[in-house]
Amino acid sequence: MADAGGAVPLLRVGGLKRYFDVSAPLLNRVLERQPRLTLRAVDGVDFAIGRGETFSIVGESGCGKSTVARLIVGLYRPTGGSIAFDGVDMARLRTRRELAQVRRRQQMIFQDPYASLNPRWRVRDIIAEPIRAFRLIDGNAAILERVGELLRHVGLAPADGEKYPHEFSGGQRQRISIARALASKPEFLVCDEPTSALDVSVQAQILNLMKDLQREFKLTYLFISHNLAVVYHISDKVAVMYLGRIAEVAPTRTLFSRPRHPYTRMLLDTIPDLDMTGRQRTPVAGEVPNPINPPSGCSFHPRCPFAADRCRAERPEPIPLADGALVACHGVEEGRLPEDVRPLKAVS
Amino acid sequence: MSAMDHPTVILPRETRPRANQPLLQVENLVVEFPTRRGVLRAIDDVSFHIDPGEVLGVVGESGAGKSLTGASIIGLLEPPGRIAGGRIFLDGSRIDDLPPEKLRRIRGKQIGAIFQDPLTSLNPLYSVGRQLVETITTHLDMNQAEARRRAIDLLAEVGIPAPERRIDHYPHQFSGGMRQRVVIALALCANPRLIIADEPTTALDVSIQAQIIALLKRLCRDHGTAVMLITHDMGVIAETADRVAVMYAGRIAEVGPVRQVIKHALHPYTVGLMGSIPSVGVDRARLAQIDGAMPRLNAIPEGCAFNPRCPKVFDRCRVERPDLIPQGPTAVSCWLYDRKEARRG
Amino acid sequence: MALAYVDTARRALDSDLFYSFRRSPATVAAAVVVLVYFFAAGLAPWIAPHNTYDVAILDLSNAFLPPAWTASGKAQFLLGTDDQGRDVLSTIMLGARVSLMVGFAAVLFAAVLGVTLGLVSGYVGGVVDAAIMRVADVMLSFPAILIALLIDGVARGVLPRDLHTRVSVYVLIFSIGLSTWVQYARTVRATTMVEKSKEYVQAARVIGLHPALIMLRHVLPNVLGPVLVIATIGLAIAVLTEATLSFLGVGVPPTQPSLGTLIRIGNNFLFSGEWWMTIVPGAALVVLVLSVNLLGDWLRDALNPKLR
Repeated sequence: MADAGGAVPLLRVGGLKRYFDVSAPLLNRVLERQPRLTLRAVDGVDFAIGRGETFSIVGESGCGKSTVARLIVGLYRPTGGSIAFDGVDMARLRTRRELAQVRRRQQMIFQDPYASLNPRWRVRDIIAEPIRAFRLIDGNAAILERVGELLRHVGLAPADGEKYPHEFSGGQRQRISIARALASKPEFLVCDEPTSALDVSVQAQILNLMKDLQREFKLTYLFISHNLAVVYHISDKVAVMYLGRIAEVAPTRTLFSRPRHPYTRMLLDTIPDLDMTGRQRTPVAGEVPNPINPPSGCSFHPRCPFAADRCRAERPEPIPLADGALVACHGVEEGRLPEDVRPLKAVS
Repeated sequence: MSAMDHPTVILPRETRPRANQPLLQVENLVVEFPTRRGVLRAIDDVSFHIDPGEVLGVVGESGAGKSLTGASIIGLLEPPGRIAGGRIFLDGSRIDDLPPEKLRRIRGKQIGAIFQDPLTSLNPLYSVGRQLVETITTHLDMNQAEARRRAIDLLAEVGIPAPERRIDHYPHQFSGGMRQRVVIALALCANPRLIIADEPTTALDVSIQAQIIALLKRLCRDHGTAVMLITHDMGVIAETADRVAVMYAGRIAEVGPVRQVIKHALHPYTVGLMGSIPSVGVDRARLAQIDGAMPRLNAIPEGCAFNPRCPKVFDRCRVERPDLIPQGPTAVSCWLYDRKEARRG
Repeated sequence: MALAYVDTARRALDSDLFYSFRRSPATVAAAVVVLVYFFAAGLAPWIAPHNTYDVAILDLSNAFLPPAWTASGKAQFLLGTDDQGRDVLSTIMLGARVSLMVGFAAVLFAAVLGVTLGLVSGYVGGVVDAAIMRVADVMLSFPAILIALLIDGVARGVLPRDLHTRVSVYVLIFSIGLSTWVQYARTVRATTMVEKSKEYVQAARVIGLHPALIMLRHVLPNVLGPVLVIATIGLAIAVLTEATLSFLGVGVPPTQPSLGTLIRIGNNFLFSGEWWMTIVPGAALVVLVLSVNLLGDWLRDALNPKLR
């Protein structure tokens, strides 16, 4: 990139909101006197992703991380807030042409390798679809050649293009999915739990492939996952989400070695101890509350060991800290939480 | 807590001496699926045992046959799958050839089961109390009031708040984590000696996962219940199990004490598997990876099933299938550890 | 190119669908019967023993002849003749041709209408979905025969008599189609809603493909399985409805009788002893509908992975 050395982040999200109307149908509402119900899946989220970076969002189911991914690629319309890609506000793009120009530069990889490929299409047509849709290459022969090249990039053979998805294993299908995402030569890939449906040995193959491709094509990743070890392995920066809000954003090593937000600390406590150090874990009591009716103030306060009166009443806003972390927690702001430093193992 | 004694069960069938014997003994188990393109062997000559009060982890990737092994033991193999060979002993008596009715009694009374999806293990039309009471009165000599008392105790024990009130709720009124607790209570109803837990935490969020693992561990310690913990998650195994059996393509690749297998894996597959797991605090540019994928059941290679993917493969692996070879506290089915090879090499 | 066809054919013979077909003798028998009907009906103008549409060759002295195997039957009229001296076998072949043509056309009309509305309803959702489905509910609360009678009645009232005779076949197709599209729409809508939430459709949306293209290229091929099953059973129902309407006299014109018309005409002579005029076309209709239904049942089971 020739422009101003990453001054403009590739993606900037500000105050992003998405509410879902989950009320019963009108007739039932009137007859049974039920109120309108709104699910605030994403409720004011801010972050920025720099070029070539891998930015991860972690959180438990229902925290809104997948909704953020879908908002960014345009599968959902935001209820509020803004998404700016490469400095261009997505909401201002009106014509199909303008939209297509941005859409070509961002693609998505999905979770379920069995549902993300159309079972009736040959692999070559699946991969060629973005090429044809954006009219990137003319002529069938040239398109097929490009498809073969893409298949080689992801570790498959050009001849595999003739087959149908059901002839491949889960890991191979995820490779096909990645080849399709790469077909339009995007700069930005949104990866929604791309390895959580895969076995660990296959997960390693896919993570390695994603890292190789990132280096080769200078890709920027938004990586959605619930697996903290995977997130640690692949990310430069991590955001922790809880009930539609970001609890903490920090560079990966900072987040894992000095977790600030009590929820981050709790999440880190759940990581299984594969090194058999005999560390005693203290599982945190309680479960994620119903997002339709979230707790007042800081939504984590019912499960938080440090909750004070202010936490029950006032919603915390993210505060920037000296080492680049952003934490939405009254306790951290007031400096009343004990330090939690976890030494990371030696760098190998 | 509940001071239920085991009512003595008289098992007159093929019985072995009781002293020092394992609780569960599986010998040369073979499970087959007849299809129109020939018979597929999903489990091929698998032998292992579980001692009383022990947690045996069974780990493997999808299709390795770990769930089928569990299903064979509790007699819940889905047709057309069938046990085509081998024997299964519970407490010294053979259970794999029992008529379905007898097996059903053993299933509730002596072996409890916990499955991945708590929703499918509970009947949505009955309150959890009714399901618990029904199971208790079927297997234990108790009247309704006693059974209800015990059900409330069980719910309290698995950590459900306000059990007197919650007992009359229906499954859909519980959250995922709470539902899995109910399923665990259901498995514990008759004080079984063995629980088969098939991916009990896979469908749950990480924070709930840790809670359920801690609960399982505590219950086993308190009741002396043995657990066969089937999972694809090495982390869960590391946290919970005493011993672990690593399965690959319907066979056991390696079995031994958890610490030993995780820290000093012997089988090249286990080594690769452990290397492929990312871990917090360990910075690596790339993960170690095993190339390729586990073979489909209709294309399991000759000799060692892992040979086409094995970095240490040699000629013998391609023709001759290794059996479990004892190697200190573990046993490993790999020709690298055969004494003959050691002499030769 | 030829090699590719051989390959496709070999794969078809090796498929699970063909395997389950071979394993069910009733289905094989039904398929043979249906093929014989299609062959006989399709080629009827050329292979029927007599041209019963040609008034010039009709001989009234041949009227009311019983089937050939009875004492007074004639060898040239295998299944006997009717009141006008027409060969019953030939009228059945030509009648089945009319019945099947009406049936196919009605199924095609209903399927195209139903699949289109179901796709749009399931994919677009919201108000469009609610509107289409309410119309479908209204259609479903009327029996098919009633709708057909209504449309035929209106057509009769509006169109001049000779025009009505000419277009009566189309009126019939239209009314049968209109009364059966709801089933396609509902099934396709449900399947579409399932497919729509799958990630391959979302992947197409991320590319920015036009919704119409996504429906046509991605969703449609994946919802056609159940449509095939409904269409097969729908053919049987359409043939029966056509027969019922023709029996009631609101169907095809009597100059080109369908199976239903034949049964109605024969019915007038049932009690005077000429049983073959109504029993034989009746049996032909029953065998056809039964066979098509058997095929449909097999197809439903074979395409439903839960039952396999």
